[in-house]
Parts: sequence; C-alpha cells; structure tokens
Amino acid sequence: MAATLQLSESDSVETTDRLLEVKDLKVEFRIEDGVVRAVNGLSYGLSAGETVAILGESGSGKSVSAQAIMGIIDSPPGFITGGSVKFEGRELLTMGDEERRKIRGNDIGMVFQDALSALNPVYSVGWQIGEMFRMHRGMSRKEAKAESLRLMERVKIPDAAKRLRAYPFEFSGGMRQRIMIAMSIALDPKVLIADEPTTALDVTVQAQVMDLLAELQTDYGMGLILITHDLGVVAEVADRVIVMYAGRGVEKGTLKEVFGQPAHPYTEGLMRSVPRSDVRVDRLEPIIGNPPDLLRLPKGCAFQPRCPYEQEDCLVDEPPLVEVEPGDSDRATACLHWEDVYR
Amino acid sequence: MTELTQAESLSTPNPSGDDEDIVERSLTSDAWRQLRRRPLFWICITIIFLLIIAAAFPSLIASGDPQLGDQRNNLQGPSREHWFGTDLLGRDQWTRVVHGARVSILIGFLVTIFAAVIALTFGSLAGYYGGLVDAVISRVADIWFALPTVLGGIVLLQVFERRNIWTVSLVLVVFGWPTMLRLVRSAVISVRGADYIDAARALGASDRRIITRHILPNALTPLIVYMAITFGVIIAAEAVLTFIGVGLRKPAVSWGLIISDSRGRIQTHAYLLWMPGAILSMAVFSFILLGDLLRDAFDPRQR
Amino acid sequence: MGRYILRRLVQLVPVFFGATFLIFAMVFALPGDPIRALAGERGAQSPAVREALQEEYNLNDPLLVQYGKYVGGLAQGDFGANFRGREVSEIIKQRVPVTARLALVAFTFEILIGIAAGILAGIRQRGFFDSLVLASTLTVISIPIFVLGFLAQITFGLRLGIFPVAGIKQGWISYILPGLVLGSVSLAYVARLTRSALVDNLGADYVRTATAKGLKRPRVVGVHAMRNSLIPVVTYLGIDLGALLGGAIVTESVFNIPGLGGAVFDGVIRQEGTTVVGLTTFIILVYMFMTLLVDILYAVLDPRIRYD
Repeated sequence: MAATLQLSESDSVETTDRLLEVKDLKVEFRIEDGVVRAVNGLSYGLSAGETVAILGESGSGKSVSAQAIMGIIDSPPGFITGGSVKFEGRELLTMGDEERRKIRGNDIGMVFQDALSALNPVYSVGWQIGEMFRMHRGMSRKEAKAESLRLMERVKIPDAAKRLRAYPFEFSGGMRQRIMIAMSIALDPKVLIADEPTTALDVTVQAQVMDLLAELQTDYGMGLILITHDLGVVAEVADRVIVMYAGRGVEKGTLKEVFGQPAHPYTEGLMRSVPRSDVRVDRLEPIIGNPPDLLRLPKGCAFQPRCPYEQEDCLVDEPPLVEVEPGDSDRATACLHWEDVYR
Repeated sequence: MTELTQAESLSTPNPSGDDEDIVERSLTSDAWRQLRRRPLFWICITIIFLLIIAAAFPSLIASGDPQLGDQRNNLQGPSREHWFGTDLLGRDQWTRVVHGARVSILIGFLVTIFAAVIALTFGSLAGYYGGLVDAVISRVADIWFALPTVLGGIVLLQVFERRNIWTVSLVLVVFGWPTMLRLVRSAVISVRGADYIDAARALGASDRRIITRHILPNALTPLIVYMAITFGVIIAAEAVLTFIGVGLRKPAVSWGLIISDSRGRIQTHAYLLWMPGAILSMAVFSFILLGDLLRDAFDPRQR
Repeated sequence: MGRYILRRLVQLVPVFFGATFLIFAMVFALPGDPIRALAGERGAQSPAVREALQEEYNLNDPLLVQYGKYVGGLAQGDFGANFRGREVSEIIKQRVPVTARLALVAFTFEILIGIAAGILAGIRQRGFFDSLVLASTLTVISIPIFVLGFLAQITFGLRLGIFPVAGIKQGWISYILPGLVLGSVSLAYVARLTRSALVDNLGADYVRTATAKGLKRPRVVGVHAMRNSLIPVVTYLGIDLGALLGGAIVTESVFNIPGLGGAVFDGVIRQEGTTVVGLTTFIILVYMFMTLLVDILYAVLDPRIRYD
C-alpha cells in the first residue's frame, strides 16, 4: 500500500491565488426532530475562469453549501458550525453583515433553479435587473434602464426594448432563466454560482442556457460554480468536479480524473448507472439502496450501506479525505479502500 | 443495517394499500397528533364541551329560573346566591346566561351545518364542472355576497312574523353560504386538474364517484377550519342581530337580549354587561381559536 | 387594463340587478303582507296608509313590473319615502357625510395600526410581539362589537374622560372612539392577514433571490415582500368596507351617532320598512362601487390579474 498523505484541515499548500477557497465547511439545521448535518465537511477551491461542478443527489448538501457561501441561509434554523470560506483571501464567515452584503450580488452572483418563483412576480424584469444598478452603483432610473437593456440584449432576449416592461410570467422558462442570469452578472461578479440552472428546462433549452453561461464566463473571466445532479451537463462544461454525498465532499479532481478513473465507490456507481455512447452494456447498474436520512446518519462512512467494497473498518469512523496522487491536494477521495476502486 | 431499513422505509412507498388512503390517514393523524400536544386545544374543547352541556342540560349547571325572579331582589350585584347578580326583574343572571347558551349553540350548529351542506354541494359542482354551471353558481353567490350580513339580515327578518331559532338561522345561512361556497369551489378547482383524477376517469369512475371519493376529501380540510370559525362568528352575529332588535324577541333567552337589557344601566350596574359579555366573548373566542388551531395543524408547512 | 375594468363592470351589472331584486323581493314577494313589512303592525291597519303604499309601490302590479318601476325610480334618485312623507334620498343626503367620516376614521385606524402590527409581528415570527398581536387580535374578534362599544364607552369615555361617548357635537374628536370600535374587528383581521401574508412571502424563493442580490434587509422586506403581501390585504379591505357600512349600524346605535346606520336602526325600531329598504339599497350601491375600486387597485398591485 502506497503511503498516502492525509490532508489536514488547516492545509497550507498554496491556495492564496485562488478566487474562492472553501475549507471544511459545516452547516447544520436544528429542527424539532433533531439536528440535520446538511454539510458535513466540504473543501474545494475555485480560480478565475474555471468551472467547478458540484455533483450530488438531492439532499447531498450541494445547494446548502452554495447558500452558505452567499450567506443567505435562514438562521434559525440553519447554522454554519465550522470551516472557512475565503473570497480573495478575505474570510466571509466572520465578516460583518454589511460588508458581506456588499459582496453579494457585486462580487459573487447566484442563479437559482426555478426562475418563475425566483423572480418577483409583481415587478417588471427591467425593474428587477435595473435594481442591481440603482442599489449597488447608485445609478439613476434612466441609466439603470439603459444598462438593463444592454444586459437583456447580451443574453439574447428578442425584442428586448419592449420586454423590459414585461413581467416574469410573460416569458418562457428558458427566457426567464436568461433574465435571471442577466440579473446575476449585472455587476460583473468575479464568481457566479449556478444552482441547478437547467434542471427545470427542456434539454434543448438546457443546451442554449449552458452555452450562454460558457460564453459569459469567457467574456467576463468569471469563476463558475455549477451545482447539479446531471452528469451529462457536468461532462460538457466542468473543468473540475466535486462529488458530494450525505453532506460531504467524497471525491474531487479534474473532470477527466474523476469521470475517467473514479476513486470512490459512489462515483464509480454513478458512472456505471449512466448510459454512455462509448461503452456498450446490457444493463444499467443502479446504486442499490437509498440516500441516508440526514437526521440519523450511520456511524462510520455514510455510503457504507450501499457500498460494494465495504468492510468492517468502514463502520468505525468517517473516512478522512486523502490525496490520490501525493502532492496534489485537488485530487482526493474520502474512502478507506479507494485503491480497490481505483484499480 | 437498521439504519438502512429506516432510511428505506422513509423513502419507499407502501406497496400495499390505497395510496390515497395513506395520504388521507397521515394528514389527519399527523394533524391529530399535533393538536393533541397543544394545551390551548384542550382548553377550547373543554369550553365548547361545557357550552354544549349548558345548552342541552342547563338545569345541571344552573338551578334558578330564567323567566321568573323575585322582584325584591332586583338589581343586586354578584353574590354567593347569585353568581352573576340579578337583573331588573330580580332574575338570576347566571341562570339566564346558562340558558342563553342553548340558543347560541343551536343556531351556531344549524347555520354552520346547513351552510356547509349548500357550500359543499354547489361549490363542488361549480368547481368540478366549470363553464356555465360555474358561471351561474358564482354569479348567484356574488349577488348574495353583495349584501352585507347585518344589513341583509335586518331587511329579511323584517319580513318574518315569527322570530325564532329557525327564522334567525335561516337568515344567517342565507348570508353565510357564499363565503363557504367560494372556499369549497377553489379547493375543488385546485384539485381538479390532478393526475389521479384523470386516472380515475380513465378507469371509468362516474362523475359522482370522482367528486365524492376523490375531490371532496380535499375540500373538507379548509372547510372544517372555516366551519369552526363560522360557528363562532354566527354566535356573535346572532347576538348582534338580537341586540339591534331584529333577532330573537322576549321571552326568548339569548345572550344578545340579556346584554341589550343592560343598556341603560351600565354605569351603575356594570356587571349586567360584563358577565354575560364575557361568557359570550369566551364562547366566540373558543370556536375561532379552535379554527385557528385546526388550520395550523392541517398546514403541511408547519411540519 | 382597460379591458379588465370593462370586464369587471360587466360582471357587476347582473350582481347589481340581482341584489336589488333580492332586497325588493324579500320585502314584496315573500309570503306575508308586504304592507306590514313596510308599515309595521299599526300602519297596516290604517286604510289610508295601505292605499298610499299600494300606490307608491305599485303593489297591484305583477312583481317584475313592480321591480321595474322601482329600479326606474332608483335611477332618478328616488329611494322611496318614509311615513311622514320625507324622501329617503333626503335622509341619505343628510346622513351620508356623518357615516362617511366615521367609516373613514375606522378605515384609517385599520390600515395604519393593522398593517403596522401585522408587519411587526410578521418579521419577528414567534417572537413576543407576534404572540401579543395574535392573542390580542383574537380577543378583539371574539368580543361582539356592541360589547366592545360599551366597554370603550365606559373605559375611555366615562372613567378616563378622554373621548366623548355620544353624539358628534365635538367635531372630529367625537369620531375617534366610535371609529376605533367600528374598525376594531377589521383591524384585527388586517393585522393577522398582513402577518400571515408576510410570513408566507418571506419564505418565498424571490425573497431569497433579493437577498442574494445583495439588497439591504429593509428593502427586501419593504419593497419585495410587502408588495406581494399587500395583495390579499387589499382584497380584504375592499370587502371590509361593506362590513363597515353594515357594522356602522351597531356602532352608531351605541354611540348615538346620526349616520346612515342610525337611520336604518331607527327605521327598524319604528317598523318603517320603506326607509329600511331604501337605505339598504343605497348602501348596497356604495358597496358595489367600492368593490369595483378595490378590484382595480388589486390589478394595479398584481399584474398577473390583468391578463386573467
């Protein structure tokens, strides 16, 4: 067994030039029935111009982690109980409210899943986009309107001038999503978080929206965090991938590394359960069992009940994150027997 | 392994049994479980229970005579013999108030039930069939809705010679059903488009069966909440109408009458107002609070 | 928008005719002697009164014709007359300003205090203020308006001597106590409605978006959430105006205010059915007009309605 370097939480390997650095993030929700550990240790980084995909099922904690970065978790019942989120070297989690607010929308933007419910139904889209300019940049209504028009044209809304005054319900799903994207990049943020931006859309519209995002990213040089459960979308656009399960990052690496040679049983299971055009199979193999109840996490590895590689030592403690290639802290897995998987 | 079974049982649907029964059972049993735990709920139930006892068997609680009094004892404040004091004719107020419960409970009951029946019938028809049926029923409801209750009640009651529980109830039903109907109608409309309705129809279920077995149960929840609240509102409405003079008349015993009798004497004999007023308010309060609690219990978001 | 208003107007027409016909029918078409309903026990026995009423209300004509003439009269501003020959329209002219002032005071209280209390309770859900608002509104709703009226009279008027308890002799200040009482129940409803609408909206996705946009909290609540929350409140306020007009009857009676409600009450006591019918018809007309206004306001607030 090759020596593996265990990553310590206060990792000092170089990451100061990264735009966003998340370290061991922990978020819990205190509800009547108990405590839900929605995010239980997540670490990754994002550089300018890069696309990091956070891949996981519903309930894996991916959306919550994004909300923690934005600082929009309802508290109570949500509480950030540990870890650090550094944006351009500044620690977000301990920042004052007002300072944090200024970063939101300005430097870090967010796009949500269902544009119909995420946009305010009673104000025109022009007004909502313009609000960014009026509030953050102090522009007048006229100036803001001009900027909003420019943005709407940029995201390719046809007949934009007239549609400034239209309301969200008057647009189709794909158009609404573009409007939300326009709103989130209005102030030229350095990081854009897209939380399942295409889940509610048709496949063809999906492709258009993803193309738009890629375009904007190149133009603006943004770092993009893409949160999704869709392996296909990840394969199209991601530079690096973080796989989440039961609130933890269980594997991370470049797209090629993670998808090409998984180092975690869960990732491997995911790869096997998806139809591929390059490999011919007779049956798809789903991962047996169900995701765990976050209120009652089993002792040891959360994936253990469904894992084909499980052994006795998996029941003892949560497996720590270990490097797959020594020295490369961005290629890691949280499995005690990853080498069996890696082969 | 037990963890897995637990997780599994939470997420896999029950293979046996009617899916819809499970939904119903769990909603009401969840609601019941939540209600059971709240002390306020039990307080309301107790008060309502006592009111019903007072309505059904007043002599169990009050020993005096509601109609006859000893003139020599008139206008006395609360004492050990007369808990609520006596009125102008020397009648024991406590007895009168207890007997007054019958009128309020009966009218509340009659009005709530009748209005609910009308609302359920026509509301589900309007909601389910839509189109012309809906247009007609809704317009008729709008017309009634345009008449403010107290005002309309006054006009209508003018016409009747006799003012008894039945006429007063009729009038209150007449002005109470439109709101209930709208409630049922919108509940039906919201369920109408559901897939399982289409499925039932594809399996050959008749309209009547679909309405009664599948749609109405969904309308029942908001209706029950509203019925509880309406009960309280009706008790208050009857008191108001009687107070104005268009409701029940002497020698009926009603809280509205008792309070209106106290009119000229409030400054000197305030207890004539306070005590019946407090009982009346408490009765209304219990029903409305019960409705509130029911609404909270049935609200899925509260879980 | 114009089309929306037109549609609403068109919908009101059958309602108007239906409601006035109902009032009319309630008095004239139900079994029983309409003359007695109009003139009371004593009036019905006087042949002079009988004849006069039969003439005035065309009681010998078929019902629909009667109604037709009645509506015709309405269009000309003829709401009937009472027994002393006084035109109901006169009574209306004299009393409307009083009731209007009372309703205005009540409405103002409702809006100012109700919405403010609702907002404060809604932002701090489950806080102390929230429980306070819930409990006090429930109590106010439960106490019938006349009991509330007497209570207010005794406490504020007589014991504390702050406000006048009866009549309108002292100008605007005499409207304060009755206005507060009249608006109390509605105030309670408005507070609860505002609170629950606000709570609902504060949990909505678009509020999360607004926060993610980096907007200040007061703006998120005051501009984004409130506009949506006001929609059900405005709807209620519109319906409420009708309740105010009706409830004014009790309040005006308790506080001795010579308004429309008082006139109706007098008509009831004196068994002057003609007055009651005329006044009620007028009140209904006003109510319908107000609902139209409210519908328009609703469409202004919620653009989705305009395209319904």
